[in-house]
Amino acid sequence: MQQVFSIPKSMKKDFRYTFCPGCDHGIAIRLVAEVIDELGLRENIISSTSVGCSVFLYDFLDIDCVEAPHGRALASATGVKRARPDKFVFTYSGDGDFASIGIAESLHSALRGENISAICINNTTYGMTGGQLGPTTMMGQITTTSPTGRNKEYFGYPIKIAEHIALCDGTAYSARVALDSVPHINQAKQAIKKAFQAQLDGKGFGFVEILSSCPTNWHMTPEQAHERVRNEMIKVFPLGEFKGGDK
Amino acid sequence: MADSNEKVLIKGNYAIAQAAVNAGCQCYFGYPITPQTEIGEYLSGKMQELGRGYVCAESELGAINMVMGAVSTGVKAMTSSSSPAVALMQEALSYAASDELPVVLVNVMRTGPGLGYIYPAQGDYNQAVYGGGNGDYKIIVLAPSTVQECIDLTYRAFYLAQKYRNPVILLADGILGQMMEPASFGEYPYPEVDVSSWALTGAKGREARKIYSVATDEKKQIQHIYDLFKKFEIITQNETTYEEFNTEDADIILTSFGSMTRNIKAAMNVLRKKGIKAGCFRPVTLSPFPHKRVSELAGEGKDFIVVEMNMGQMFKDIKYAVNGQSKVSLVNRPVGEWLSVEEIVEAVENIVAKGLSVVNPGGVEYAASV
Amino acid sequence: MGKIVIDNNRCKSCYICTTTCPKGLIKKSDKTNRLGDYMVEFDDPKGECIGCAMCAKRCPDLAITEVYR
Repeated sequence: MQQVFSIPKSMKKDFRYTFCPGCDHGIAIRLVAEVIDELGLRENIISSTSVGCSVFLYDFLDIDCVEAPHGRALASATGVKRARPDKFVFTYSGDGDFASIGIAESLHSALRGENISAICINNTTYGMTGGQLGPTTMMGQITTTSPTGRNKEYFGYPIKIAEHIALCDGTAYSARVALDSVPHINQAKQAIKKAFQAQLDGKGFGFVEILSSCPTNWHMTPEQAHERVRNEMIKVFPLGEFKGGDK
Repeated sequence: MADSNEKVLIKGNYAIAQAAVNAGCQCYFGYPITPQTEIGEYLSGKMQELGRGYVCAESELGAINMVMGAVSTGVKAMTSSSSPAVALMQEALSYAASDELPVVLVNVMRTGPGLGYIYPAQGDYNQAVYGGGNGDYKIIVLAPSTVQECIDLTYRAFYLAQKYRNPVILLADGILGQMMEPASFGEYPYPEVDVSSWALTGAKGREARKIYSVATDEKKQIQHIYDLFKKFEIITQNETTYEEFNTEDADIILTSFGSMTRNIKAAMNVLRKKGIKAGCFRPVTLSPFPHKRVSELAGEGKDFIVVEMNMGQMFKDIKYAVNGQSKVSLVNRPVGEWLSVEEIVEAVENIVAKGLSVVNPGGVEYAASV
Repeated sequence: MGKIVIDNNRCKSCYICTTTCPKGLIKKSDKTNRLGDYMVEFDDPKGECIGCAMCAKRCPDLAITEVYR
């Protein structure tokens, strides 16, 4: 028999995820690790980490990491890349970090065409602080700070991150993917690979927004949470490549 | 290229910028704010010419965090800014101190609070020395008083930052930034620091390195903070620097930092001619502060008169160091035109004659609750 | 013909794998792991596993550590 699945080599030895049961961060980090392995990048990477549940990336990946304060991962990554253009630099943030507190840093990195790659986990909520309304919370969605659901009067509208990043001239690749099913997971890995490849080819900013579930804060079972990604989130945040895709 | 020891007439901001280049600063990240914008302007051309890193950052938050990213790879990097914008960088300084990242930040002070204006002041002593970031941390703070020192202390800032893996602030002010003075650059006088034991270069043939301040383990965090403070004890022992003039026979010692020192030296000479035995004391390192030397001088019964362009910020450090051994008075103005030699002389005479504790030349009387 | 290896100390009992397996070969166990979670079991007496690795790809905890085909 042939081995068709194994733990990526770029994962730390004896890691054990500390995310909640059913959390898609675990899948996203595995996909990043697989792409790092396949492109042979592990020994040449410096990652700038973010704040939120995504901060724990450094606990699971066996790569050099420097932290950035909340929202500043893309600024930190810019500094790393400008100092060491020969290194492979990527960030891994949540939607709050990337698109709320850090939107200036994120958008301007794309506008400058920084030759770095950014992964953003969109789970429509601030997960680590217990499920508050975030920049991507959907209209009508109940969170601890939108107890009757997101309405336009109090909260305005959610941001469609991948489309915004695609509008930047410095962006080489921008896509939105999801992790609710095996075909979507396969697509997500391909998107991460393309974003990483854009950096290797010196083309500029590569970005992947990953729609993820947050069963704990959504008060759902993991399966129900994936149903929600499928039936609600993808309608609001359509999947696809918005820049630099195959078409 | 001219002889590096040749004197050139140069503006403080340009001197700092060129000194950074000479020190081997590989990356500059900045956002414009008066009165330090010339630093970024000068370096925008220079860094491109040299093939080094330069980014017009989207904000001061961006700029200081770019510095953090860059220095984590072992290169020298810096940003420069001014008072209200340096306030924005306090978050990053707290992180950089905990992460032990050799960040170099130049603050060319203007007035506050709030937006204030572009005329000079020294109101960021507390912001620099005591910090606005969260938690217990310490920054090395160097305060130049001449354009020559802008060069010398910029060199030293880069060296100390890497030597001790600690953020360093060069605390200049609008007067120094904008004035022209003869100065010479010389050569960068410090050895290169070996950063290979901690710098991020990609985990090739070694364990991956993680630079972070997340502290989920309480015991480790307690130890980490003790270690940071032990390190600063060593910095205090090795690096505390000050200048003193005529302190031996002095009855009163005029004290100030930064460019105000120029006027207290002149005032000291006038006072001596008038028969008042005045001396001068100036901390070059505001952090670590020369508490020990101030305490020794106070122990000899010498009174201190602190002269500064703020409401008495360094005054408190002098008071703390003197610890009741002698009298400490304050001559100050919060912002604006530097206290003149005449104003200082008159204030000192009043303090000596009337025993005042606070004199605000040309200003309103206020009771300092210090 | 295939097989999988489950690391029950990584498993947090989300049971996504139990509904993902196209052959229904992963079941909730009545045994608990060191965290007190009811583990999952790979139960393939007839050798039906096709080694598609869908279970491993969807496992959020990388608790399905190896798949063979």
